[in-house]
Amino acid sequence: MTLPDPTASSSSHRYISNAGEDIREMLEVIGVDSIDRLFDTIPNDVKLKGLLDIPGPWSEIETRRWFRGLAARNITATDHVSFLGGGAYSHYQPACIDQLLLRAEFLTAYTPYQPEVSQGTLQSIFEYQTHQCLLTGLDVANASLYDGSTALCEAVLLAERLVKGKKKVVLAKSIHPHYLETVHTYVQNLGLEIVEVGWGADGRIDLEALRAATTDAFAVAIQSPNFFGVIEDYDAVAQAAGTLTKISVIAEATSLGVLAPPGQHGFDICVGEGQAWGIPPQFGGPYVGFMVVRDALKRHMPGRLVGETVDVDGKRAYVLTLATREQHIRRGKATSNICTNQALIALAANMYLSLMGKAGLREVGTQCLQKTAYLREKLRAIANVELPFDGPVYNELVVRTPFDAKLILADLEHEKILGGIPLGEFYEGQERDFLVAVTELHTREHLDHYAGALSAAISRERR
Amino acid sequence: MTAIEETEVATTKSSLEPLIFERSKPGRRGYQLPALDVPEQPLDSLLPPALRRDEIANEVEVSEVDVIRHFTRLSKLNVSIDAGLYPLGSCTMKHNPRINEEIARTPGFALSHPLQAEHQVQGNLELLWHLEQTLKEIFGLPRVTLQPVAGAHGELTGILMIHKALAKSGNARKYILIPDSAHGTNPASAAFAGYEIRELKSNSRGTVDLSTLEAAVTEDVAALMITVPNTLGVFESEIKAMADILHAKGAYLYCDGANLNSFVGVARPGDMGIDVIHSNLHKTFSTPHGGGGPGAGPVGVSEKLVPFLPTPTIERREDGTFYADFSHPDSIGRMRAFHGNFNVLVRALTYMRSMGPTGLRRIAQLAVLNANYIRARLKKHYHLPYDAPSLHEVVFSDKLQTPKDVHTLDIAKRLMDYGFHPPTIYFPLIVSGALMIEPTESEPKEELDAFCDAMIAIAHETQERPELVRSAPHTTPVRRLDEARAARQPVLRWTK
Repeated sequence: MTLPDPTASSSSHRYISNAGEDIREMLEVIGVDSIDRLFDTIPNDVKLKGLLDIPGPWSEIETRRWFRGLAARNITATDHVSFLGGGAYSHYQPACIDQLLLRAEFLTAYTPYQPEVSQGTLQSIFEYQTHQCLLTGLDVANASLYDGSTALCEAVLLAERLVKGKKKVVLAKSIHPHYLETVHTYVQNLGLEIVEVGWGADGRIDLEALRAATTDAFAVAIQSPNFFGVIEDYDAVAQAAGTLTKISVIAEATSLGVLAPPGQHGFDICVGEGQAWGIPPQFGGPYVGFMVVRDALKRHMPGRLVGETVDVDGKRAYVLTLATREQHIRRGKATSNICTNQALIALAANMYLSLMGKAGLREVGTQCLQKTAYLREKLRAIANVELPFDGPVYNELVVRTPFDAKLILADLEHEKILGGIPLGEFYEGQERDFLVAVTELHTREHLDHYAGALSAAISRERR
Repeated sequence: MTAIEETEVATTKSSLEPLIFERSKPGRRGYQLPALDVPEQPLDSLLPPALRRDEIANEVEVSEVDVIRHFTRLSKLNVSIDAGLYPLGSCTMKHNPRINEEIARTPGFALSHPLQAEHQVQGNLELLWHLEQTLKEIFGLPRVTLQPVAGAHGELTGILMIHKALAKSGNARKYILIPDSAHGTNPASAAFAGYEIRELKSNSRGTVDLSTLEAAVTEDVAALMITVPNTLGVFESEIKAMADILHAKGAYLYCDGANLNSFVGVARPGDMGIDVIHSNLHKTFSTPHGGGGPGAGPVGVSEKLVPFLPTPTIERREDGTFYADFSHPDSIGRMRAFHGNFNVLVRALTYMRSMGPTGLRRIAQLAVLNANYIRARLKKHYHLPYDAPSLHEVVFSDKLQTPKDVHTLDIAKRLMDYGFHPPTIYFPLIVSGALMIEPTESEPKEELDAFCDAMIAIAHETQERPELVRSAPHTTPVRRLDEARAARQPVLRWTK
């Protein structure tokens, strides 16, 4: 196989400027007669003899055709009404956010290592950090982590650094199951013991079991609203956890608009997933993990932190700071290995939180509460529907019928409803349960239609 | 080229943008929701006051106009690859095609939910499957996990797999070898995976001697983590022999693929004896850096490590349907919730299809040509601490400038006055005062010339008017910052 001549005009590509004459001139300045000579340090026996066996190059026309074809094979909220949550929620996305995110100055910049030419990114992160503090009632937030699951891993590792000699961490079993799995993966070689504590009849953490599990532990982590949508009682949990480091996990970030902030109820660290702040579900990512801690813990933080300072003229400006915690300085002794994080999604979150603001965040929260309560009452009235947990919920609840959840959900799909997440995949013995999420996007008609369709599905299964 | 005098007088600065919190005024709003259309219950009956907050004190009140003005003004304080050369070494700041953005926003992708039933998301699963096939061919390795969401996340994934494989055969071992030229994430990731680090000294070419490696590979060594080409842009020509030394002792060869852009389509990691490689898709495969993420860091592995891949893997059935497979008893487990940064993966596959086999090869060719052109034009003006042939990046030092008390930081800041983002500075650590320049294949010759002219002008300024360079930048929205103050008295949030 002959490889293409890079100076031939047929070799040009729209994303690569230099071609033909420019290439020849540059080779002359370098003093070699071909581009191949620049690769002489790669031994011939590892060089490819031909081209890679992959499709392309495609024009934009071909690219659109193929990818749109794939997207069309998905069944999504584009033509169904979705009641899916479980750590990825559909909320209102203000139109201007995506338009602003496409500004090249944000989209195509790198990590703000050079503050004089990166004040836009730096100031936005500083604002994002401030929003996190106001929402959680804690003191110091970082610039972002990958997502909720890895943020919990980082929180557990942070808490472990605070206490010498203790290796046991207590995690609520009602934390998002993917988050729990990720923690198990992260700490598998670090000699930590993970104890999981289950839930009671109301769906909240079993406080007795929690109290018993705290012996010799260094930290306790719970999620609220938990994976079943049930709101935990922070004060009661904090009391049961005693002097341990207390970690609150938030998988539904809009809940912070109406729920008591963990920082004001005895918690030391709040980590979570910011996707609910107007980020599309996009099959699980990119999202944005957040971490907010008490002031005393700031030098143990993983990830980037932006701080305020002044320039030589005394002008206020922002800069990456407390970098001696980080991998590029501390290498093997850093507080985390994280480098690239989720800056653009944190920027989107900053825009969302600013647009919604004090009143909007509260209104989203109260609409979620009200609409969920409406659906909960509708469902309670349906024969053969059981709502197994009676604790207070924010915007999600567990529904049980006498039938396999997957059968019921398949029935709902015929009615163009993505009706919930079957819990049997996560918990043995809960094959009849599914998780239903309601947000401000749902109308009363959607909720009535859902209740009607569920009732009909149950009747059909009974026949 | 901007004349010295012009840059000197151009110090008039517009006032910087206030914080969004400082724009807040009671009563302003930036949103509207439909009125509540279900019967309203008393809040106390839904959520007891003890579990509730009734106000988010000090949250902002601004209009949509305020928000758009604010973020547009903030954006203008950044430089970006769309505005010009952004030669950060090791970061591969290349052109970000907009078709990738359009495809990622297709509603069928953007609105798909990560916990949907398999039959509802066949399009997504097929896309992930195709991306894995493409990366397998690029890497020359039998399997790839798409779950890691950043390079460092990929490193942790890879080292955890090595640990598990070794533990399964009886001894997880104690050490990871890492050259002194490596990225800081390498030792940090290895430590998080439960290993201690042993540093390998580079030789006078900046590479690792086989004899150094041979002496270091004891029965306690789990793997060598090495960047190919290394952070000087120099290819480890003896990479296959290195793999042989490691394999003979039952150890693994991990490749940090941050610099894949220099040899994609020209050579394949699998053919070099590499057992694990991560690729930063936000580097080689052009997903936008976004001011520091999101990225993605898929990891390719050799046959021996396949059983230890994170779950789920994406598989194709005989009937052509796709599914997420959790049946891997030796898996290290899940590295993150859901399927990784799916919509970054969509962008990367869009790019791979747009480039095709000829385009991917051309990336490496032109990236290496562009870097060597800069090297040839600047080597008379800046000290080249390692003169071994380099591929996609070139590392100079400030040795010729320090006699005038002008240092790498000063050169970097002065470049801003000429309209360029500085290179990576003070890295790799084996070069004192390093200036690490990676232009990528995107840059046209005239942009490279303008950059070289600016660097040469700064070299002249250093001799003739060093104070001008030492006090740079002069034209940026803010000038040099008091970074010590930021760390000494940290102010990490706005307070009223």
